[in-house]
Amino acid sequence: MPHGQMNRLVTATFRRRDILAGTAAVAGLLGVSSRSSELAAQAAAKPALSEFDLALKKIMGDAKPSDGKLTLDIPEIAENGNTVPYTVAVESPMTETDFVKALHVLATSNPQPGVASFSFTPDSGSSFVGSRLRLSRTQDVVAVAELSDGRFLLARRTVKVTIGGCGG
Amino acid sequence: MASKPRIKLPETAKVGEIIEIKTLIAHVMETGQRRDAAGRAVPRDIINAFSASYAGREIFKATLHPGTSANPYLQFMMRVPGPGEFEFTWTDDAGAKIAERVKLNVV
Repeated sequence: MPHGQMNRLVTATFRRRDILAGTAAVAGLLGVSSRSSELAAQAAAKPALSEFDLALKKIMGDAKPSDGKLTLDIPEIAENGNTVPYTVAVESPMTETDFVKALHVLATSNPQPGVASFSFTPDSGSSFVGSRLRLSRTQDVVAVAELSDGRFLLARRTVKVTIGGCGG
Repeated sequence: MASKPRIKLPETAKVGEIIEIKTLIAHVMETGQRRDAAGRAVPRDIINAFSASYAGREIFKATLHPGTSANPYLQFMMRVPGPGEFEFTWTDDAGAKIAERVKLNVV
């Protein structure tokens, strides 16, 4: 392939997909292993992170949830999204060495995913918490528990909303 | 900021018992997403923090986001260490605080 064509590829329009495709093509031309073009293709196919994904990442980082007893109790159908009661609890001895540090509650499709974060100490005696949240429409509610040993637990429930909250 | 909060504790409690505490405060919890009749954005105004301590030690803390309903209600637990007094504090976006002190009847 002539040198000119490579230049055209690199200086092509600056849409992300084009640049990635160009990079992949250039890598191919230069005889760079096909691995880098695979990576470029993967990057192009990856959808943008949602507000919820970002909020979850802020809590968990890159950690994966472990198995454990985290209970998120919330109605399957909410007639009024303005006030949906819920409770969250983790089975934990709540001792100085083994306790629940925090519980986070998120709504996957609200304009702002944050609902509340609760923090506990061994003096709390229990990590049970109950409150009420808003849901703009049918979506999942996610509870994340942060344990004193650094592990995370996660529970997810779908709530059908008849009348949305969060709005006018 | 808001009216007097409602607090519910058991009438009596024993040392070592795990008791339930319920609190509710009247507040609009304006999300900042809504528009008024004239189409202007209604500024966010929520209670963003709550804390509960007993006998000077913190037992529970909440950070509230716009996804929490108006008139935020919170239910949580405590292991009774002995006689003492609760202190509950609510803080809004303007930094205004409401604090309530309630004695627990330990028998």
